[in-house]
Amino acid sequence: MDILKFITAGSVDDGKSTLIGRLLYDSDSILADQLEALHSSNRKNDDGSIDLAILTDGLKAEREQGITIDVAYKYFQTEKRKFIIADTPGHIQYTRNMVTGASNANLAIILIDARKGVIEQTIRHSFLVALLGIEQVVVCINKMDMVDYSEDVYNNILKDYNTLAGKVGLKNVHPIPVSALKGDNIVNNSDNMGWYKGESLLHFLETIDVSVDNSTEHARLPIQWVIRPQTEELHDYRGYAGRVSSGSFKVNDKVTVLPSGFKSTITKIELLDKEPEEALAGMSVTVHLKDEIDISRGDLLVNSSYQPEVSQLIEADLCWMDTRALDTTHTYFIQHNSKVTRCKIQETLYKVNINTLEKEQSDDFRLNDIGRIIIKTADPLAFDRYQDNKANGGAIIIDSRTNVTVGAVMLRNVAD
Amino acid sequence: MSKYNQLDYLDELEAEAIHILREVAGQFERPALLFSGGKDSITLVRLAEKAFRPGKFPFPLVHIDTGHNFIETIEYRDAMVKRLGERLIVGNVQDSIDQGKVVEQKGKNASRNPLQTVTLLDTIAAHKFDACIGGARRDEEKARAKERIFSVRDEFGQWDPKRQRPELWNIYNGKIHKGENVRVFPISNWTELDVWNYIRREKIELPSIYFAHERDTIVRNGQLMAASPVLNMDEDDIIERRTVRFRTVGDMTCTAAVASDAFLIDDIIDEISESKISERGARIDDKVSEAAMEDRKKGGYF
Repeated sequence: MDILKFITAGSVDDGKSTLIGRLLYDSDSILADQLEALHSSNRKNDDGSIDLAILTDGLKAEREQGITIDVAYKYFQTEKRKFIIADTPGHIQYTRNMVTGASNANLAIILIDARKGVIEQTIRHSFLVALLGIEQVVVCINKMDMVDYSEDVYNNILKDYNTLAGKVGLKNVHPIPVSALKGDNIVNNSDNMGWYKGESLLHFLETIDVSVDNSTEHARLPIQWVIRPQTEELHDYRGYAGRVSSGSFKVNDKVTVLPSGFKSTITKIELLDKEPEEALAGMSVTVHLKDEIDISRGDLLVNSSYQPEVSQLIEADLCWMDTRALDTTHTYFIQHNSKVTRCKIQETLYKVNINTLEKEQSDDFRLNDIGRIIIKTADPLAFDRYQDNKANGGAIIIDSRTNVTVGAVMLRNVAD
Repeated sequence: MSKYNQLDYLDELEAEAIHILREVAGQFERPALLFSGGKDSITLVRLAEKAFRPGKFPFPLVHIDTGHNFIETIEYRDAMVKRLGERLIVGNVQDSIDQGKVVEQKGKNASRNPLQTVTLLDTIAAHKFDACIGGARRDEEKARAKERIFSVRDEFGQWDPKRQRPELWNIYNGKIHKGENVRVFPISNWTELDVWNYIRREKIELPSIYFAHERDTIVRNGQLMAASPVLNMDEDDIIERRTVRFRTVGDMTCTAAVASDAFLIDDIIDEISESKISERGARIDDKVSEAAMEDRKKGGYF
């Protein structure tokens, strides 16, 4: 059994929390005491039925205001798969929270209110999903019960959406007409929409292939920790510990340490008392090398035949996440895998109006602004293009004054 | 081996937790692993072995002892520490009481559970810990569902849910100012069932109270409590011998038992798979109000 991580993009008005509540409720993932709390709560729908949205709104302020502020993680499981939902807020002032949730997702559900169709917010959410490189997108056209389950309404929205998907560069788009409130096409196919021949949402989520690429071309292992017991019997033991971020390594693979460029060969792969022949993407392991070379935390081990870019001047997409605006004269930290180094935003190329997708010239990056920049780092970074390899292309900016994470960076290419 | 392959979910969860533990080792000067004797922190210890052996752990184990623990928990703790050869630091709630820093609760529902926050914060200050690893999971409770894996606490140990740092990909920002510390939750993404399945797969030994056994119990607020000298009882309380087990291991005063015939781990997993009461439902401390956990976390609770 594997795990599917997905986000839901939409606002409370679109019925997002209700959709998640419905998935949990109808797949029997709500336990008795949680259900009791749900029934005893004062919040009810207009028709007196229980408000499923309560299941995901965790913080006091959110319950008071009836909105989602932060990312809430929810877990459920069917016989086929385990699911981790990052329930993210839809309002524009919480763009950074959506980016946070999207960074770890393999799939996104984008909600559209059937009465409203594609609106500004749909454009924004679709742009962010594309920017964060989420491979699979399910477009849930919700509240079908409020448009008499009309196929025409559905088809018109779909036409608009496909145009949008083309514009932002989304490839794998799967549309489903649903009513989260009534449960149509969520777990079971609905009798109210006989014209829809596709799968229900849950069935789709259970069966979509989101397996990772383990080919050696992308073999990357950021070194987190060097294990050196220095005891009498383990005097010469030297293990390099880290989690394979992409691709795979085998014993006898020729490897290069970046940014130093030292070369060696893998002699052993360890995981406590096991010695696997191969370390696959996602595995945390300890590797041993033939030669005694200088490796420490922050270095990147790669397959010598397939090396990433190494540079101190990199073009990247930036999402600004702090209330204090970007200061191009200030020195920040950048954290990329296990490596932290100082950096400056050397140049801002453009900003994107994420509601209209228009580009504008500006170096005024404020909370939730997104655009293209050139970043200069004190030490070189060994990176891949984010859209090709998310695991080795994402980085965060940390403000050295507050220590807060202020930016998400999707690295693209070496700047000219 | 095919080009495309997805790790089994337990392998993926394990690898994520090991990665987080190694990030703690790499980023902090004085980390600690908070050990409660419960199955979640026992799982953390196994993950730490996977992360750092054959080396030593780069942190001590810290136990905040309320003095109201089950004896089985303490025996398990001491045997485990001996086997591991790692360092154990114990912070005693009794010391905080003796120093007048906290006052023992009175009445029928008196518990030392809320008092341990003070002892925890004092222990963190005394040892200058900058990161504390804990076994909390997001599926336990809805405030926890929103907490980051690296959760920054201010000088007063407080969690501010509205000012959480964005946490992207698997990049964890552990930079802090002096006086602040970070609570780290490596098994955030595990569910109760995941923990049990992992314990079974790894053949991890647990304190005996997790398994069905006979014990003197009383019924309190609709829940089964272990009859013990630390529980304030009166003539209304009827002691009855029942076959029970505990789903979580906290204080004897605030951890309810469930009637159970699950003598083996397979029985427990079957029981949980079918069960319709969530794990924290057996914790009286969460029941006080709808926002109980959020309020306690803001005050420095784990």
